Amino acid sequence: MEDDNAEDMEVEILSSMWPEDIDAAGKKFNVEKPGVGQDLLENLTFNEEPSIVDFKRLLELTNYSEKGSSQLSYLVKNWEWKQENAVRLLREELENLRKQQHGFELKKLKILEEHRFEDDNYGGDKRPISILDEVYEIFQDVPKRRSDVIVQDERLEIEDEYDINTVKYWKQRALHLETLLNTSVQREQILLEKLEESIEKLEKQSSPVEELSQILKRADNFLHFVLQNAPVVIGHQDKELRYRFIYNHFPSLREEDIIGKTDVEIFKGGGVKESQDFKREVLEKGIPGKREITFETELFGAKTFLIYVEPVFSKAGETIGVNYMGMEITDQVRRREKMAKLREEIAVQKARETELNKTIHITEETMRAKQMLATMSHEIRSPLSGIISMAEILSTTKLDKDQKQLLSVMLSSSDLVLQLINDILDFSKVESGVMKLEATKFRPREVIKHVLQTAAASLKKMLVLEGHVASDVPIEVIGDVLRIRQILTNLISNAVKFTHEGKIKINLYVIAEPCPKDQKKHENNEPQSHETVVWIRCDVQDTGIGIPETALPSLFKKYMQAGADTARKYGGTGLGLAICKQLVELMGGRLTVASKVDHGSTFTYVLPHKVPLACDSSDETDEFHDGDDNASMEEEEEEDDVNCGFFQFKTRTLGSLFGSNGSGPTHELTRNEVGFDKPDRFGVPVETSSKCNLENSNTDRMSLDQDRPFHDPCIQKNRPSKTNMMRVESTTTASKSSVRPKILLVEDHVVNVMVAKRMMRQLNQDMDVVNNGVEALRAVHRCDYSLILMDVCMPVMDGLQATRLIRSYEKYGNWDEARLAGVDLHDQISKEPRKRIPIIAMTANAMSESAEECFANGMDSFITKPVTLQNLKQCLEQYLPSL
Amino acid sequence: MAAVSQLQRQFIEYTTSLYNEGYLDDQFTQLQKLQDESNPEFVVEVVSLFFEDSEKLLNNLATALQQKIVDYKQVDSHVHQFKGSSSSIGAQRVTNVCVHFRNYCEEKNLDGCLRCLQQVKHEYILVRNKLEALFRLEQQILQAGGSIPMME
Repeated sequence: MEDDNAEDMEVEILSSMWPEDIDAAGKKFNVEKPGVGQDLLENLTFNEEPSIVDFKRLLELTNYSEKGSSQLSYLVKNWEWKQENAVRLLREELENLRKQQHGFELKKLKILEEHRFEDDNYGGDKRPISILDEVYEIFQDVPKRRSDVIVQDERLEIEDEYDINTVKYWKQRALHLETLLNTSVQREQILLEKLEESIEKLEKQSSPVEELSQILKRADNFLHFVLQNAPVVIGHQDKELRYRFIYNHFPSLREEDIIGKTDVEIFKGGGVKESQDFKREVLEKGIPGKREITFETELFGAKTFLIYVEPVFSKAGETIGVNYMGMEITDQVRRREKMAKLREEIAVQKARETELNKTIHITEETMRAKQMLATMSHEIRSPLSGIISMAEILSTTKLDKDQKQLLSVMLSSSDLVLQLINDILDFSKVESGVMKLEATKFRPREVIKHVLQTAAASLKKMLVLEGHVASDVPIEVIGDVLRIRQILTNLISNAVKFTHEGKIKINLYVIAEPCPKDQKKHENNEPQSHETVVWIRCDVQDTGIGIPETALPSLFKKYMQAGADTARKYGGTGLGLAICKQLVELMGGRLTVASKVDHGSTFTYVLPHKVPLACDSSDETDEFHDGDDNASMEEEEEEDDVNCGFFQFKTRTLGSLFGSNGSGPTHELTRNEVGFDKPDRFGVPVETSSKCNLENSNTDRMSLDQDRPFHDPCIQKNRPSKTNMMRVESTTTASKSSVRPKILLVEDHVVNVMVAKRMMRQLNQDMDVVNNGVEALRAVHRCDYSLILMDVCMPVMDGLQATRLIRSYEKYGNWDEARLAGVDLHDQISKEPRKRIPIIAMTANAMSESAEECFANGMDSFITKPVTLQNLKQCLEQYLPSL
Repeated sequence: MAAVSQLQRQFIEYTTSLYNEGYLDDQFTQLQKLQDESNPEFVVEVVSLFFEDSEKLLNNLATALQQKIVDYKQVDSHVHQFKGSSSSIGAQRVTNVCVHFRNYCEEKNLDGCLRCLQQVKHEYILVRNKLEALFRLEQQILQAGGSIPMME
């Protein structure tokens, strides 16, 4: 009993699930399926669902392909199985019903038999049993008869057990049962009918092919609808890649143009072969693939297709063709390419931008660095020049030997620093493009001569300096002579530095234009038709230590020297050659070097020069372009100099060699022998001996500052008669008669002195002459003057200060203030109160401001320069009433 | 005698042209007036001194301006001297250039200074050539036995 119940329960649960399951599986089969094998069915239905749409298509189109046929057979099998199952279930049910019927009949017979024996007991004691009804109700809904019957049976039996007491009851019961039986039979009949109906219905539904095909047709329609509007070509090609089927083919082609042909046979042009090869590859490998192929066919022009090809396998597993799907993506590709291009451009732009930013940054940094360098150099230079000039002044004072030596080291060191700073400044000038080139006429021969002279002047070792200028080098050319001299000086000083014996030679000659036209960089030279350009080559050759080959490449780089030991041994900034190279290149030329260790080096530069018209030079040939004050006024000598092609300088003597080391080169150099002893020439210095060649402008400048011409014993000696009158006659003044008013002229300038003196002579006055304020103080200190004519601008001490100090002396009777100003004068024992000496300023600028200054400093009047006899006379008349 | 008078005429014409063209001014006349029998060579002496001085100054100027650090004060003092001496002999064109030169010095304008140096050299050489020619003419007159005509 219990077992039966349990079974009942289980079955009931299962049965209740059925309709839902069927619903979930889709209502394709409106068949009431028995519970058994429900799982299988469910799975199958689910599995098949997505491929159902393919069913008919595959049946039609690919009945020979493996996949298609397997799918088809699967479906058929499934359907058959389902049908079988349904039939089986129905049969089982029928069987059950029959069994039940049989059971009932048996029971009936038994009951009848029992009634026969216990008729009374059985009489009319029957109660209606509602349970059965209920059961029946269930029965109507659910076809689970077996269990119901069983339940009924049991109940009956139970009832049997309960009610067997009276015959009457039993009779009644029998009657009742009979009716029940009748109804049962009736029901059975109904059930049978129902069953038949159901079977009929089942039979009606038993051809799902129709339904399936309808579904498939719908799906097909849908696919057609979709595909027709889709830009997709779908095709199938067989093993030989002949089209067996194509969908959405090119409109102008007919079906017969395509079917049975290969791509190559249909289309012509680019990409066709490629697509065919691709398909063949897929076919051979058996692996599906995608590829973009650009076609260039007559039929549809240039178009890009994305092609998907998948292999189709037969049941045996071999490839029997390919499915092919193509989509035109020309626009997309174009857009994509455009995008890629844009992206690339953007990337490039960005890269460029960052690059630019970097460059800007670097440039700014460099500029700032250079600016700083320049500023620093400037800043360093001014105090340095202070140091140098102070040291130079110091060197002229009384010093012992040790001090002199220390001072000379100090001077040469500071010179080196100055040189370095100048080089750096030059360099940053060239690099920042600030360096401007001048275009002036100059004489190459003179430049060579002068550079050699200068070099020879400071020579400290026995060397021969030679200059050879070829005759074809023009007498005058145009260029930046300062820069050319700078280059030459640098090269020569380098050569001197690294040469211990032998000679240094400059060769200058004209060469053919090395590189036509494009190298002309003369910024300041306007192209002029009458000017021709010559290329002049200059070799600076030495017999020095030479340069090892390995050092040649870095030779012209900044701060580079041939080797670390070279730098230590020879010093130098390492900038010289770099500057030379830059300057040469700035002028449009080239600087090269050839060298052999221990044999010497040759630096060569090639520069383009313009040649001025010959007539230009006639009137203004000036020897001063070079600052060469030895260049002769003598016409013949001048001619010689101009055309001379050979110069030679040697170290003079060992004496001068060491002497020039010390307190200053000026003292060792003989001055020009200048004189007026040639009446037919006009008193210009004449180069009288070759040793004068050694004099140079630098030393000359120094000498001028220190040795004023009037104090130069040399000059005085050479001008015995005519310059005597201009000498400071301080020693003789005392002996002069005091009858005449004494006039003192304080004037530093030769010509002015001479003129003034002459005028005084004219005015019949005698006059003492001194050359600066300090001398004036001394003169005033020495003797009394009636009038002082005071130049304002003078070296050492100007007229204004001198006047102030004289006034102070006059006021206080002592020279304290003068002593404060650095003029050492002994106070004299006081005489009678000092007269105020009239002091007349002689000024070059007739500006009122300067006049005010004169008055403010205690001057009485002023006369403007040039002094005329008239002015002078008026002045004397006013201030020397005794006249 | 005819040769002398021709030379004298030439001398006057030449001197006049020098004044007219502004090479010389009254100061030169002043110098000439200062010359007398006791000082027959005065003008030549002064002018020679001027030449000598000028050439030195020009050299000094060229050197000073070639220096890497141009000492404008020094340049200015040279120019000042040059201006003074040129005005003393009446070489007025040189003097005029010197005035400009000093302005450039004040501005520390190297380009201007160098330009002025060229100019002042040019002017100096011109006036030197003129004066030398004038003195040669004087010599010729004197050698021919004539006397130098006085310019008024």
